[in-house]
Amino acid sequence: MKNSHIQIDENGRLCHLLTIEGLERQMVLDILDTAESFISVTEQTVKKVPLLRGKTVVNLFFEASTRTRTTFELAAKRLSADVLNLNITASATTKGETLLDTLRNLEAMHCDMFVVRHADSGTAHFIAQHVPPHISVINAGDGRHAHPTQALLDMFTIRRHKGADFSKLRIAIVGDILHSRVARSQIHALNVLGAGEIRVVGPKTLIPAQAEAIGVKVFHDLGRGIEDADVVIMLRLQKERMQGALLPSEHEYFQLYGLTEEKLAAAKPDVIVMHPGPINRGVEMASEVADGPHSVILEQVTNGIAVRMAVMSMVLGNRYASVEERS
Amino acid sequence: MQIRIRGGRVIDPASGTDAVHDLYVADGRIVAWDQAPDGFRVDREIQADGLIVCPGLVDLGVRLREPGQEHKATIASETRAAAAGGITTLCCPPDTDPIIDTPAVAALIQQRATQVGHARVLPLGALTQKLEGNQLSEMAALKQAGCVGVSNTLRPLASNLVLRRAMEYAATFDLTIFLHSEDPALRNTGCVHEGIVSARLGLPGIPEAAETAAVARDLALIEHTGVRAHFCRLSTARAMQMVARAQHDGLPVTADVSAHHLHLTDQDIADFDSQCHVLPPLRTRKDRDELRAGVARSVITAICSDHQPHEPDAKLAPFTATEPGISALETLLPLSLSLVDEGVLPLMDLLARLTAGPARVLGIDAGTLRVGAAADICIFDPNCEWRLDANTMLSRGRNTPFLGRRLKGRVLYTLLEGKVVHQLEGIGA
Repeated sequence: MKNSHIQIDENGRLCHLLTIEGLERQMVLDILDTAESFISVTEQTVKKVPLLRGKTVVNLFFEASTRTRTTFELAAKRLSADVLNLNITASATTKGETLLDTLRNLEAMHCDMFVVRHADSGTAHFIAQHVPPHISVINAGDGRHAHPTQALLDMFTIRRHKGADFSKLRIAIVGDILHSRVARSQIHALNVLGAGEIRVVGPKTLIPAQAEAIGVKVFHDLGRGIEDADVVIMLRLQKERMQGALLPSEHEYFQLYGLTEEKLAAAKPDVIVMHPGPINRGVEMASEVADGPHSVILEQVTNGIAVRMAVMSMVLGNRYASVEERS
Repeated sequence: MQIRIRGGRVIDPASGTDAVHDLYVADGRIVAWDQAPDGFRVDREIQADGLIVCPGLVDLGVRLREPGQEHKATIASETRAAAAGGITTLCCPPDTDPIIDTPAVAALIQQRATQVGHARVLPLGALTQKLEGNQLSEMAALKQAGCVGVSNTLRPLASNLVLRRAMEYAATFDLTIFLHSEDPALRNTGCVHEGIVSARLGLPGIPEAAETAAVARDLALIEHTGVRAHFCRLSTARAMQMVARAQHDGLPVTADVSAHHLHLTDQDIADFDSQCHVLPPLRTRKDRDELRAGVARSVITAICSDHQPHEPDAKLAPFTATEPGISALETLLPLSLSLVDEGVLPLMDLLARLTAGPARVLGIDAGTLRVGAAADICIFDPNCEWRLDANTMLSRGRNTPFLGRRLKGRVLYTLLEGKVVHQLEGIGA
C-alpha cells in the first residue's frame, strides 16, 4: 500500500492532514500529546492562546455538518485565528463554478488553511495537490474515505480511558462500515497505534469487500463481535440505506445491531461506548446506552476541540518552521 | 508516388511471414515483394534496415470526439495522433453528439476523415435510436452508410427483450454486434474495481459480477439468436474464461482488451490518480495476468487503445467527479510490444492482435501486407527507447497515466494507402 506522502513535507513534518494512513506512530502520539496540553486551555476562563494570531482559516464545507464545523471553528478561534465559514453547497457549485475555480478565488484572498468537507472520496487529496505551497489542507471528511481528526479524537478519548498501551485493547466498530469514512480512519489509527484486535461488526451489505485486507476481523453477529471488547464504537446509520436495498428496515437493524444495555453485557465490564454523532436513538443504539455509564460520547465532542487545536497548530506551525529554515 | 521500402524485417501475421524483404508500393497498393514489377520507378525509397515493417495497426476502440465534443479533440487531431501511433484503420463508437444512429452522421464522420486523410475511420452504428435502449436503429441503412457493426456502447438497454430483438435484427443484415458487457444496476455508482483499493480509498466499487453477469446473459442470447458478437474491453479474468468456453463451444464470439488493462491494476490508482479512472475499471493483478494469458491463447484476438482524449479540466476534480478514459493512441504499440519483452507471447502473435486479428473482427480486408492489399504500413524501430511527453503528444488529450514513462518501440513511418501520413521528426528522407 502506498502512503500519502503529500501530507508530509521534505523534513518529515505534517503539512496537511488528509488521512491517518501512512502516518508514523510517533506523529500520531505527538498530536495526541499536543492535544493533551490544549485540554487545560479549553478549561480556562480565558480560552484563548495566540498561536495562530493573524492567520486565516477557511471552513470549506461542501456537505452539511454542525458538530465538525463548529468544533473546527472553536478550535481555530481558541488559537486566535480568523475564521471564515463557507457553505459551498448553496453557493458557487450551483452556478457552475468548478471546485478548482472556487479554490483559486479563496487563495486570492490570502488564506492560510482550508478545512474541507466534501461528499466525494479523495477531495482533500485533490485540493492539497492543487493549492499553493503556503496553504494547508485539513480533511474534515471526504466521501467514504477519511475523517482523520475524528479518528484522532477517538484515539485521544480511548487513551484517556484505557491508557497508552493499545496492544491490550480489543475494539469493535459496529454498523455501516462500507459507507463510513470515520471507520476507515479509526481502523488506520488503531493499526498505527498497535491495537490488539480490531473488529468490524455488521451485515454483509455494510461491510466493504475484502475488509480483512485493511487490518480488521469481520463479524456479522453483534454479541460475538463485542464479546470482551474494551471499546465499542457505534456508527451512524444513514436513513437512505433502506432505499439502496442494503437493509430491510430500521426495526430489523436495531433488533440485530442496535446496542442495548443487555447486549452490552457481553463486553468487558469497564467497556466504553463511543459514537461520532449525531446519534439515531433507537436505530443504532438505545438511549439507555447513549446516556448510560459506559458512554463517553459527549466527552468525544469536548476532546474534538483540543485535538483539532493540536492538528491546526502543528500543521501551521510546521509551515512557519520550514519557511524560516529556508530564509 | 511509387515507394520502395528496403531491407526491413517484414512481419505479416496474416501470411505468417517474418523475414527481410523489400516492399514495392504503387497506386496505394502493395504491388510486389522483393522484385520490382515491370516499369516500377522508385519515387521514394525508405531505408528500413533494422526496422520492422508490419501492416498498419487496426484499432477497435477510438473516441474522436467529433462531432459534438470538439473541445476535447477533433477527427483531424486524433487521426493525426493515430498515424503517429502506426494506426491506419480505426473504429469509432457511436456515442458522438449527434449519435451515429442515422446514415448522415456516419457519412459525415467518414467524409471528414477522408478529407483529413490521416487514417481510415470506420464508424460503429448505434444499436438503438439515440442509444436510449428502447427502439432499434435503422441498422440496414447504417450498414449501407459504412458502419462496420452496431453497438450501444456502455449505455444500458431497456430490457433483455430489446437486446434479444436487436441481436436478431443485426443478424438479419449480417452485422456484428459490439458489446460492452456491464450490468448497470450492479455497477451502480461505482467507479473503481470493488476490492482492496475501493475498501481502502472509500471509492464506490464495481464488482466483478457487473461484467460476468452481463457476459453470461449476452452469451445466452447470442446462442439463442445466432448473431455474431464481439465483446469489447473485457476487464475480468472470469469474463474472459466465459468467452473462451463459448468459443470452444463454437459460438461466433470474439473479444478485445485495452492495452492499459494489460498493464495497470487498481493498485495504480494509488491516492486517487484520476488518470487511472477508466471504464470498465482497472481490476486486480490476477485479472491483468489472466487477460494477458487470454491474449496469448488468442481468446482475445485484438488489443485496442480504447482511446478517450479529454481536456485537462475533465481530470481536474475529485476522482469520482472526473471523466473516465485514457488518451492512448500513441502508446498502443509500445505498451503492446512490452508484452513480447515480458515473454507473454511471440512478436508475430502480438502483431496479429494489432492487425489481422482486429481486421477479422471487422470483416474488412486490412491488416495484411499481401500483394494487392491496400498499402497500409507501419514501420517501427523495436529498440528505440523514448519517454512519453505531454508536449510532443499529437493527440489533443494529454490524459494518460503513462506520461514520463519510458517506452520501447517507436513508429518511424506510417503509410495509409501508399501515402506517408506520418514520419517521425528527425528521421532522414
